[in-house]
Amino acid sequence: MAVIQLIHREMKLVLRQETDTFLVLGFFMLTVMLFPFGVGPEPQMLERMSAGVLWVMALLATLLSLDRLFQNDYEDGSLDLLALVPRPLTVIVLSKVIAHWLTTGLPLTVVSPFLAKLLQMQTEGVTALVIAMALGTPTLSLIGAVGAALILGARHGNILLLLIILPLYIPVLVFGVAAVEVASLGLEGQQAPLLILAALLCATLPLCSLATTAALRQALDSG
Amino acid sequence: MIMRSLFKHSRSVTQVPILSSFVSGKNLACVRGERLVFAGLSFTLEPSEALLLLGPNGSGKSSFLRILAGLSRPAAGELCWKGRPIDEAPERYTDSVRYVGHLDAIKPALSIAETLFFWGSLSGIKQPKIAKSTARAMTYFGLSALADTPGRLLSAGQKRRVNLARLLVGTADLWLLDEPATALDQESIMALGKIIAAHRAMGGMVILSTHMVVDLPQASRLDMRDFSCH
Repeated sequence: MAVIQLIHREMKLVLRQETDTFLVLGFFMLTVMLFPFGVGPEPQMLERMSAGVLWVMALLATLLSLDRLFQNDYEDGSLDLLALVPRPLTVIVLSKVIAHWLTTGLPLTVVSPFLAKLLQMQTEGVTALVIAMALGTPTLSLIGAVGAALILGARHGNILLLLIILPLYIPVLVFGVAAVEVASLGLEGQQAPLLILAALLCATLPLCSLATTAALRQALDSG
Repeated sequence: MIMRSLFKHSRSVTQVPILSSFVSGKNLACVRGERLVFAGLSFTLEPSEALLLLGPNGSGKSSFLRILAGLSRPAAGELCWKGRPIDEAPERYTDSVRYVGHLDAIKPALSIAETLFFWGSLSGIKQPKIAKSTARAMTYFGLSALADTPGRLLSAGQKRRVNLARLLVGTADLWLLDEPATALDQESIMALGKIIAAHRAMGGMVILSTHMVVDLPQASRLDMRDFSCH
């Protein structure tokens, strides 16, 4: 019940303020579309880079949206009140992460096949990309939440967030790209990278929730 | 209902002074940024009582209230709720506490009614009940006409009134108010005084910090300077 209410509120905030989600999505689409202009229109070249470009831009787009995850609530006092809700703080954290994924990871996943086509990716690759994005973007939100909670109250928080989070995104990037390449080359063991992405999600779900909760407690304690 | 049983209970335990305190702190200390703000602070609070925190800026009133709310941990000492340390069942404790800090937690995009409904529903009250108590809270603080106004259009005083109106959505035994009268007009300060009186009449407890005049009959006073470490 509390989870649904919280997700509902987060969605309302994002949709009414109308900025963040569309900015993040706009950033993702525009930067990906810049590549054909930069590297030239040869289909082979574009296809070769497509998976890497899409994943790197998806990581950066997610990073752009992370500072709003807890920062606004921290600054206006909502985080204090959320911490005082008679539910475990981890439940609140998970609801916020789910809402974050619904407003960034999910839209990125939905537009990715169109952008992949633009970059001449083959159909097998596109299918693998969508599955990999669906499995990988929740992990990005979960890892990002830890960073977003750690930087609360810090000066130059955004740059700090970048430095904390980007190295942790490397496994998702590696296996996300691998999933597409294995599929488009028609190699054996196509599920392997996807299974690893699923495993990463299963591991980060409890670990990052707990780490984020601890980081939030720390921020509240010193707030 | 909870209040009433609490009140009855309090009557029966007043004969046993050792068990009687509902909220108590023993030797609490607070450290902020490697600076000891206060130490050796002990207090007790019984149903229907109010505690007024006094002291100049920076004497630790807000920090003390954050410790009481369970948001920060005391550097030393123990905080008890009904004789039990609050760490034993933190959720039961937060369920009994309503904290109004100096930040109003108003979202620019959400209306007053939505804000109050949201906080009501998160504290686990049933839907039809929230709608009713939200309406009542808004009437009490003169916010009914503004029910659909988004937060970004509210003045500082109106935001504060919305924050205070949360006190009337659902029930909590202990109210922690950090400078509740800031930005309020005379009329709203009177309304605040009245709801505090009504809350105490039902056996509720209030701890507040203020340097404005709020009518608080028979409130005990706690001067933070007595525990200051400078």
